Amino acid sequence: MKARTFAAFVAPSVVLMLIFIALPLISVFVQSFYSTQQVFQQISVESCTPGFTTQTCTTELRSRQVMDAAGKPMTTTSFVGLESYRQLLKPEEVSKAFAAGGGGLSALMTIDFYKALRFTLSFTLITLPLVVGLGLLIALAVNNLTKSIRGPLIFISLLPFIVTPVIGALSIRWLFIGDGILTAALRWMTGSSIAMFAQGWTIEVLMMVYRVWHVAPFAFVVFYAGLQTVDQDTLESAIVDGASRMERLRHVIIPHLMPLIVFISLIHLMDSYRVFEEVIGFSSEAHRISLQWLTFSYLMPDETGNRSISRASASSMLTMVGIVLLLIPLLMRTWRDNRVSR
Amino acid sequence: MADTKALQPPLAMKLLIGGFVALWALVAMFPLFWVAIMSFKLPVDALSSNPLNVILGPSTRANVGGLSIISLALGIAVLVAIYQVPIRHGQSFASRLAPQGRMIIGWLVFVVLYLALAGVLLFMLLPLVSSLINAILIKVPLLGLLAEPIIGVTLEHYRAVWIQHEFYRNFLNSMMITFGVVTVSLTVGTLAAYGLARTKSNLAFWLLIAALVFRALPHSVLVTGYIPVFINSREWLAPLWTFPLTGWFFQLFSANAPSLYGQPLAIIIVLVSINQPFTIWMMRSFFMNIPNELDEAARVDGCTQFGAFWRVIMPVMWPGVITTGLFSFLLAYNDYLVTALLLDAQSQTMVPAISQYLNRDTRLSDQIEAIAAAVSITAPLFLLVMVFQKQIVSGLTAGAVKG
Repeated sequence: MKARTFAAFVAPSVVLMLIFIALPLISVFVQSFYSTQQVFQQISVESCTPGFTTQTCTTELRSRQVMDAAGKPMTTTSFVGLESYRQLLKPEEVSKAFAAGGGGLSALMTIDFYKALRFTLSFTLITLPLVVGLGLLIALAVNNLTKSIRGPLIFISLLPFIVTPVIGALSIRWLFIGDGILTAALRWMTGSSIAMFAQGWTIEVLMMVYRVWHVAPFAFVVFYAGLQTVDQDTLESAIVDGASRMERLRHVIIPHLMPLIVFISLIHLMDSYRVFEEVIGFSSEAHRISLQWLTFSYLMPDETGNRSISRASASSMLTMVGIVLLLIPLLMRTWRDNRVSR
Repeated sequence: MADTKALQPPLAMKLLIGGFVALWALVAMFPLFWVAIMSFKLPVDALSSNPLNVILGPSTRANVGGLSIISLALGIAVLVAIYQVPIRHGQSFASRLAPQGRMIIGWLVFVVLYLALAGVLLFMLLPLVSSLINAILIKVPLLGLLAEPIIGVTLEHYRAVWIQHEFYRNFLNSMMITFGVVTVSLTVGTLAAYGLARTKSNLAFWLLIAALVFRALPHSVLVTGYIPVFINSREWLAPLWTFPLTGWFFQLFSANAPSLYGQPLAIIIVLVSINQPFTIWMMRSFFMNIPNELDEAARVDGCTQFGAFWRVIMPVMWPGVITTGLFSFLLAYNDYLVTALLLDAQSQTMVPAISQYLNRDTRLSDQIEAIAAAVSITAPLFLLVMVFQKQIVSGLTAGAVKG
């Protein structure tokens, strides 16, 4: 294909990505060093109360919003350097927490950013093996079933994957809320009543359960497709050589699926690092928050209608640094593959 | 090969596998299924801790009424028929409706007509007929038992959500945004993916790498970049409206510069761009499967590159287009973050709108109304999986097989 035709084909998409992805990224980077605030001015107000012979007068300084000609509050934007990052990372409180008698880790976890980081990372790393493992198990099991029930089973399995994430999280929550059916079942099984939404760790467990339920079908379908291409000759010769079922799984099937396992893991890393819908669905913001939710909460207008854009920008930039670190292995691999294939 | 004795698992293991699969099927279906049942009951039944009460809904039956065995049987029969007819006869109906071999138009007309017909059948004819039969049978001594209502059902919450709280507005917004996102992102994405699949230049490689990085970006990062522009857009766009050369043109559309905040059309472009990296990667893997010789043959016969793309490649690309379209649909339909931040209450889509029910949460029935809204959101997705199961599976595996 000629360079000019290539350019013509790619142009609309590239322009869209430049304007709506690359440009916002740059603007977020710049915004994170600036802060926009409403302008206040100090005015002295003299208030007098009538008194005997003389009035009692007091002058006090009050700050008042400055309005522009259109009657809107005036704002100034000023360069603040790393101030927004400092407000987010709170280095003084961190050093205080780790100083003698500062409370250590538990004190660190009272700072929003570290709380979100801790949750996002443990959420990502704990769900990863569960998703891969469960997906693989279902795929192996379904592969051993008769053909006629595989179709309906795939249909059923796709439901958790396709459902709107917020709605999926909500429907799990509704099973537990109040005296919900599963809360009742748990009480019947354990004999003690656990309020699932009263403390942080139960919510965290539920969020992970939801995520595994939501993503395992994806892993299942991919692994199932991979299982159809396992070399039957190799399997047969493994049997002739006396390999047991477990050995065949370990030495023939898993190596064959390895590229798919890597693929699923990387997609899952990317997606679960963005964990957000669970926080909304389970209303867990009082107990557990994620990095993306932190940015979201800065962007939502507060009671006075202000959005803390600069702090949101700073937390966006930090979130991005994290995803780039996670992505480096994936990028290296794509790089290698593309070099080889050419 | 499959029937080789040695590969067949022993009986105990077969049972284990069967049990495991059954358990998974239950886990996969249960939450959605249960929530759907809850949405048809009065709060007393829906929030009861006794599962039988939730399923049978005794107080719903006492207060509102319910379905008899006959109505249930009739309903299931009609549902099965509605599902089976297009599978058996859809092809011949569609080809009869198609003008001069344009099968796609035929299918579209058929689907629209069929959905309308099914709606009339389910919501108007079925209740009428079943209540008629029930009314007659209830007088007969023994058969009357079949006509007794046994399962309490109420549509009260759906009525409250859709009519009283005007959920249809959110539905229309959702549909508009989803439709826009799917069409625009397919058009732009197909062109780009074809270009990328048919070139070996360094630039193409770097574009793909950049797209991969963009795909991994949390959406909140991008929205942080949009928000100031969206909120201040009226002031930023105003010069275009006041500048004499361009002003007359823009004033044709609106007297003043519009604010992008709360504009569904602006959201479409935003979601298309966010979705673009994913679309390109998926489409490209489909294009890679189409042999290059096909376009070369067309080029030899005198087609331009675009002609080859449009006349030769696109006709064999429809499965890939449909699959990618499905995933764009899902992204736009399921989005919470972007729409919650960039749309206002009047132009809100369905998914963020549900939070208003959660936040109200003062009466018990608010809970169930939220559930009814959630079920309303899930129902179209359910239909989608039913119709397009094959395409979704092929889309999930397309990226994986190619890496």
